[in-house]
Amino acid sequence: MVLSQIINALQLGSIYALVALGYSMVYGIILLLNFAHGDIIMVGAYMTFFAVTNFHLHPVFSVVLAVVVSTLLGVLIEKLAYTPLRSAPRLSLLITAIGVSFLLENGAQMLFGADTKSMVQTPLIKGGISIGSSSISLAAVITIVVSVAAMLFLTFLVQKTKLGKAMRAVSEDMGAAQLMGISLNKTISFTFAVGSALAGIGAVLHIGSYFQASPMMGSMLGLKAFVAAVLGGIGSIPGAMIGGFAIGIVETLVTVGGLSTWKDGVVFAILIVVLLVKPTGILGKPVTEKV
Amino acid sequence: MKTNNRIPMPVRYLINLVVIVAVWGVFFALMKGGVITDYWSGIFVTVGINIILAVSLNISTGYLGQLPLGHAGFMAVGAYTGGIFMKATPVGSLLKSGNVGAAIPYIIIALVLSGLVAGLFGLIIGIPALRLKGDYLAIITLGFGEIIRVVLTNIDSVLGFKFTYGASGLKQVPKISSFNLVFICVVLTCVIIHMVMKSRHGRAILSIRENEIASESCGIKTTYYKVLAFVLSAFFAGVAGCLYAGYLGSVFPSTFKFMKSIEILVMVVLGGMGSMMGSVVAATVLTVVSELLRSVGDMRMVIYSLLLVVMMIFRPKGLMGSYDFSLSRWLEKLVALIAPRKGEAKTEKGGAEQ
Repeated sequence: MVLSQIINALQLGSIYALVALGYSMVYGIILLLNFAHGDIIMVGAYMTFFAVTNFHLHPVFSVVLAVVVSTLLGVLIEKLAYTPLRSAPRLSLLITAIGVSFLLENGAQMLFGADTKSMVQTPLIKGGISIGSSSISLAAVITIVVSVAAMLFLTFLVQKTKLGKAMRAVSEDMGAAQLMGISLNKTISFTFAVGSALAGIGAVLHIGSYFQASPMMGSMLGLKAFVAAVLGGIGSIPGAMIGGFAIGIVETLVTVGGLSTWKDGVVFAILIVVLLVKPTGILGKPVTEKV
Repeated sequence: MKTNNRIPMPVRYLINLVVIVAVWGVFFALMKGGVITDYWSGIFVTVGINIILAVSLNISTGYLGQLPLGHAGFMAVGAYTGGIFMKATPVGSLLKSGNVGAAIPYIIIALVLSGLVAGLFGLIIGIPALRLKGDYLAIITLGFGEIIRVVLTNIDSVLGFKFTYGASGLKQVPKISSFNLVFICVVLTCVIIHMVMKSRHGRAILSIRENEIASESCGIKTTYYKVLAFVLSAFFAGVAGCLYAGYLGSVFPSTFKFMKSIEILVMVVLGGMGSMMGSVVAATVLTVVSELLRSVGDMRMVIYSLLLVVMMIFRPKGLMGSYDFSLSRWLEKLVALIAPRKGEAKTEKGGAEQ
């Protein structure tokens, strides 16, 4: 019982962590709270659903399809909506992000219908093991393993590769990075691509774990993942992971405590406390304001 | 030239008062004459409520330059305060028996009380939230708005008695929101906000939008004014909430989702952040259009969101920008155009001296 709840918490937490990474990367590089990020997950989840139930594709192909579509969508949004506003005030950029998010949600509602699509009958990942009295689904294990692997890969990408170096440089100082010969457009697009690919993986894992896709699933998931990113320290990869797991554990605890209707409130309460007590999060670096 | 033709302030107020009464008179006559059906006067009530919401959000978005995403939360607080208060008072039975005069004091108390409680929430939320900026402020107000909704849905199980009636909603609220009441509230809201913004305090709020650090170094208490603007914004959202409850007769927590805040934001952004006229026009047009588009349902929100994105890319200042229509200024120009031009040489000289 306890063991399966721990696994539940980690499963939920690792999905939050994957999504939080996307938020964190985008925020780190162009200081934009990308509201549309959560909805990319929704699109990814729908892709997986249609590929498996309507087109009867092999799960591996449907996973690849979902990740590719999410990545393309992320880059497309960046090119169409955010690039023209790069020098605009932050407020305009934020409102645009909200607009894109609502466009995706309502577009999905119009195209796919407002009802929740369920794929309980054709799960992506079957099977499970039982240890003592508690059973652990294979989906949970895969979710946790995949997200930890993604996190390690991302750390490698950012710390060791040339593109990663460019990303860090752009987030440090956009102007100076450009003077050093770093292509701003390429680097930012690459960041969006990586973030959205992670969202795509998150989408596959989400539908693999909870079997559901609905037009509004992304908004709350995305917001909570953002809370996770803030909690861990925005812009920090291990921070996003810690934050994601923390939010997953808290939500599971609240649900186990029989207060599942309060869980959204609790998550936002955490956000408020973090922002007031330590706005930089657990692993974030303090930023001093320049005049 | 303009300075010579300037209309004195008392006359300006008089002109505006006359226009407002005239507009009301036209509506009243049309409704009595049956040109405006009950269906449309209902839509006008919704338009009025949305105008109050948009104009009030405009204080914190347009004038203060922040982006709070929890406006629906304040509206919810107002709606529930007004709803619970009115259910406790004999307003409903008084209105039913046709004794409108006796119900008026209760209605006024309900509106003010809703505003005050929402304002109090604005104060409680504003003091911590306004320490943050930009995205963080947006997300923290969003968080507070969601918490208000979650609490309204679940509070009954904590209190142990029926208070907000949870997800099934507060029902049988007396229907106080007639066209006249909403019209008066819209006018009062616009007048009060206009006067505050033209005052010393309003200019302090505007200076924070332009440059917070500079205005702080000029001796403006930025935190005080930010909270003031936020509370003012919440107050009127509360009043609008009370009117909303009094119009529909029932209130559900699910109405006040994040989506509602965005709908209000769209109105403000489309109209032009910082333009009251813009908010009024955008709220009117969007409400009427969405009523007409009711048949296409889902399409409506797609168009809304597409408009928001396109607007930000091609015209980020909104339709009106920060331009505000002034009838008196317009009249002055008109007078200058048609007035005899004999004193022109003299006035031009005077203008040059300035």
